[in-house]
Amino acid sequence: MNAIEVRELVKKFGEFTAVDRVSFSVEQGEIFGFLGPNGAGKTTTINMLCTLLKPTAGTALVNGYDVVRHPYEVRQSIGLVFQDPSLDDQLTAEENLRFHAMLYGVSRRDYEQRRREVLELVGLSDRAQSLVRTFSGGMKRRLEIARGLLHHPRVLFLDEPTLGLDPQTRHHIWDYVRALRDREQITIFLTTHYLEEAEYADRIAIMDHGQIVALDTPEGLKRRVGGDVVRLHTSDNQQAVLRLRHALQTDVLLDSNEIVLRVPKGDQTIPQIMRALGTPPAIDVLSINLRRPTLDDVFVHLTGKAIRDTEASTTERLRQMGRIHGRAR
Amino acid sequence: MRNLRRDLQGIYTIWYRDVVRFLRNRARILSSLGQPLLFLFVFGSGLSPAMARLGAGQLDFTAFLFPGIIAMAVLFTSVFSAVSIVWDREFGFLKEVLVAPVSRTAVALGKVAGGSTVALFQGAIILVLAPLIGVHLSLGQIVVLFALMLLTAATMTSFGVLIAARMRSMEGFQMVMNFVLMPMFFLSGAFFPLRGVPLWMEVLAQANPMTYGVDPIRQVALQRSVSEVILETIRLHPIITDVAILSVIWLSLMAIAVWMFSRQE
Repeated sequence: MNAIEVRELVKKFGEFTAVDRVSFSVEQGEIFGFLGPNGAGKTTTINMLCTLLKPTAGTALVNGYDVVRHPYEVRQSIGLVFQDPSLDDQLTAEENLRFHAMLYGVSRRDYEQRRREVLELVGLSDRAQSLVRTFSGGMKRRLEIARGLLHHPRVLFLDEPTLGLDPQTRHHIWDYVRALRDREQITIFLTTHYLEEAEYADRIAIMDHGQIVALDTPEGLKRRVGGDVVRLHTSDNQQAVLRLRHALQTDVLLDSNEIVLRVPKGDQTIPQIMRALGTPPAIDVLSINLRRPTLDDVFVHLTGKAIRDTEASTTERLRQMGRIHGRAR
Repeated sequence: MRNLRRDLQGIYTIWYRDVVRFLRNRARILSSLGQPLLFLFVFGSGLSPAMARLGAGQLDFTAFLFPGIIAMAVLFTSVFSAVSIVWDREFGFLKEVLVAPVSRTAVALGKVAGGSTVALFQGAIILVLAPLIGVHLSLGQIVVLFALMLLTAATMTSFGVLIAARMRSMEGFQMVMNFVLMPMFFLSGAFFPLRGVPLWMEVLAQANPMTYGVDPIRQVALQRSVSEVILETIRLHPIITDVAILSVIWLSLMAIAVWMFSRQE
């Protein structure tokens, strides 16, 4: 059984289609990432999966339970960390956890043990009795992750888990998430609009305008853009091009005064280049650099624009919808 | 059966949080006493001479005011704690509750239970002042007063949940405060007897749920302080009628509140 199974899911807000016939499945134990600009429909999809929103059409199964017909079973079997903090900051960390345990029907004895485990996992064991008000942003997020795990969920949803945190804290959160997957063997479904973070996922779905435009491993996605790019500059570019074409049997371009090669595995090509140019009469390599495609390239390749630009235009689109609605009402 | 247990647990949890938060915030308990005490002692003492004819001269105005102030404390605490739903929405905590495997009905009922309990505490604190005002209470009276305060609190918390179910920001709360709570308080008979007032006021007072809270609380609180005959002249309805009307209002408001709260996405 897949942890998540989504078929032709649609969510409309009036005329605006936030999620447009989305289908995908997530295997158990997988870290599955939803990548896309703000307003692409990531949060709307998560909200439908965790039963906060009713789908307009289509079906979604989480841990085998239909989100519309069995919402309570779905809720009991998932943990959630929202985009915005959702802690009671007038209570202590321990009280927030206890409250959660009560809501999810975790027995008192189980709770005592589980509380220690999850607090240790996120490194907050010594702050259990502190008021959440006194916590930093990163600590709050970690406490929320701990809370989301308290009732032994089989799927943990993380909606932009590192939004608004400084790079160092973001890095820490990721350490926890990965430790978590190894220790708890649960499925992790996360959304992010940080490209570098999507690299941590086993598979990524790229979402744009409510649709999934690509779904693959980070490596697979990068391969679509067409491999690595090696650029070098030598003492005799004309000669070098001829020699490399012969030695590597591949396309070698001369771009102004740089030699450009597109190859599947750049790290293995560089030694070959050095060997080919090093045989007498040697051609000196003045500089060489390897560029691997980033998810940014993938995103540009698939949607025709950088993730930042899309963000602005999506906001604009939403605003226009708002205006139309405002008038209608 | 399993659902019922889960929902009862949910109601208990929401109630528990409200009580923990209330007890945590001792400073707020004290500061929230400020306004009722100000009304009681400043208005009470200031207006006493002018109101000397009240109850054929046998009823001190401060004593008359005292049950009204209890009702006031209950009213404000009830509505404020229900409206904390809006805070929870704004600060995200409501989401944690809404995605828990607990029905919306349970969340709304838990909120009514929590707000009522907190309001009852607050009313009880005012009640402690009774000897200072010269209002003497027997144990039996205190028990009945607790029951009446609880009924009033449950009614007003339900009303608060009903308002909060649709409110998206705290700005709206000021409006409610000015246009609903204050009039409710002033037109409840807490400040002055509703006997012989202009017709428009009488109509509004009759439509005001608080009227049916203030009236029985006053009758019970002043039972031993003034004679039956005097009480007759300031009351609106027999206690049992007040309780019956208030119960109907409570159940209706609570049903609407639960319905409104369940419908939100």
